[in-house]
Amino acid sequence: MATETSGSQYYLPEALPPPHPAPDGRDLEFWEALKRHQIVVQRCNSCGNLQMEPEWLCHKCLSFDRGWQQVEGKGRIYSWVRIWHPVPAALKPACPFVVVLVELPQANNLRIAGNLLGDPQQPIEIGAPVEAVFEDHREKGYTLLQWRLAR
Amino acid sequence: MEHNTIKDKAAIVGVGESAYYKRGGSPVPEFGLACQAIINAANDAGIKVTDIDGLASFAMEANEPSRLAGGLGLRELNFCNMAWTGGGGVAAAVANAAAAVACGYARYVAVFRALAQGQTFRFGQGTTGPGMAGLMGFTVPYGLTTPAQKIAMRVRRFMHEHKITQDALAAVSLASYHHAQFNPRAVMYGRPLTREAYDNSRWIVEPFHLYDCCMENDGASAVIVTTAERARDLRQKPAYIMAAAQGSDYRDIHDSENVPDFPSANYKHLSRRLYEMAGIEPKDVDVVQSYDHFSGAVVITLAEHGFCHPDELMDFCTLENLTWPNGKLPLNTSGGNLAECYVIGMQLVNEAARQVRGDSTCQVKDAEISMMISGSVTTPASNLILHR
Repeated sequence: MATETSGSQYYLPEALPPPHPAPDGRDLEFWEALKRHQIVVQRCNSCGNLQMEPEWLCHKCLSFDRGWQQVEGKGRIYSWVRIWHPVPAALKPACPFVVVLVELPQANNLRIAGNLLGDPQQPIEIGAPVEAVFEDHREKGYTLLQWRLAR
Repeated sequence: MEHNTIKDKAAIVGVGESAYYKRGGSPVPEFGLACQAIINAANDAGIKVTDIDGLASFAMEANEPSRLAGGLGLRELNFCNMAWTGGGGVAAAVANAAAAVACGYARYVAVFRALAQGQTFRFGQGTTGPGMAGLMGFTVPYGLTTPAQKIAMRVRRFMHEHKITQDALAAVSLASYHHAQFNPRAVMYGRPLTREAYDNSRWIVEPFHLYDCCMENDGASAVIVTTAERARDLRQKPAYIMAAAQGSDYRDIHDSENVPDFPSANYKHLSRRLYEMAGIEPKDVDVVQSYDHFSGAVVITLAEHGFCHPDELMDFCTLENLTWPNGKLPLNTSGGNLAECYVIGMQLVNEAARQVRGDSTCQVKDAEISMMISGSVTTPASNLILHR
């Protein structure tokens, strides 16, 4: 798994609220794992079904016995957008920027969103392999999961 | 299909709207707009405002029923109800009203939506506040905050799988602008759009140009729903509710990026249920109003309602086919969310009813069957079919 961080430069200015786990705690472990530079997805302890985004029960067997499974930071671009009109407006200096939806073959092609690092105007190909980059925001105590084209 | 059905038990008997404005342009607040639309719908139906005894809406309508009933001097309020979700709930609100009158809860239900963007909520501003959590929490930290951006993600994947180009999106946008040029109510009346201007307009989020995205407006729209029996004695030709459906496809969770059928508008099973209830096929539909928050979502929606196969969209989704008077399937014939007014799609119900009454500003000749489809991709969604 790629463990290096993207350095001091963040992909987007810190104009957005930090990741905000659901108040009921159902997705807290995902965000905690990112701080350890790990990607985890929800895994049902009863039937082994992998599930994202996290929920209080397994949609396959309806068990509430939830666990987590670590997956490698390797995926494929499933879809993407290039954003030119920023919301909130404070993101304007960062425009255009790219958000990719990455599918994780190791986890039944579950999908996770992130930014695609590099030239924001680069041509983007659906299906392109990407690898994870952990963007630590140490002062604010959170880590974002970013992606770059696989080397 | 169970035998029990709402088919032909209720009708839209009046349509009304406030004047439509650009965002911030209304001289009266949202509550006043709602009252104007309801009063105009009652007048159109030829009933007294005080005959209304039910209110139905959707999308977290902020003008709540007791204040409206009080403000309008309604003698009795016998039914009030809101459909869950955002723009996906328009047809569901009409269906709830139809069920209410058919079951005898109320006699005349006003279905309405008012919106003065920013007075209570501004849809295009997305979710960025400190309260953001849960599913939006997985995208907001990466700048994916608005409906336009989230739906663009789905549309991009659909375009990839079915070889759709910008031409199909442009056709939807240009069709709405074309129809708005005949509709004096439309905010974009007198402001035609050319393909060149479309192409030159700025990107909001690829693949959506400015003109692929709905406007932000102040306005309100309303219809009056009553039983088919009462409808026959009223002033207007009834627009009978032939079928209505609400729901979502398998695990099509609103705002989730892990929807199993991601490049979808969430209408595959709803359209099947709708056609089964109506007892018709796509070829029987004369005219369609399909919620055009974003042109690309409409492209998917047309395929999911069986008007063509997804792989035939580039041939089907052309400006010629989608425009009155000569198109195969005139689309958004009052100008839609893109060019008439964004009342979260409620105004599309008014237009669907006008088409079967025969008094649209882009009247499809001999239109008998008219379809209205609520906000695509947002779930739960809903749709309905009217006939004359």
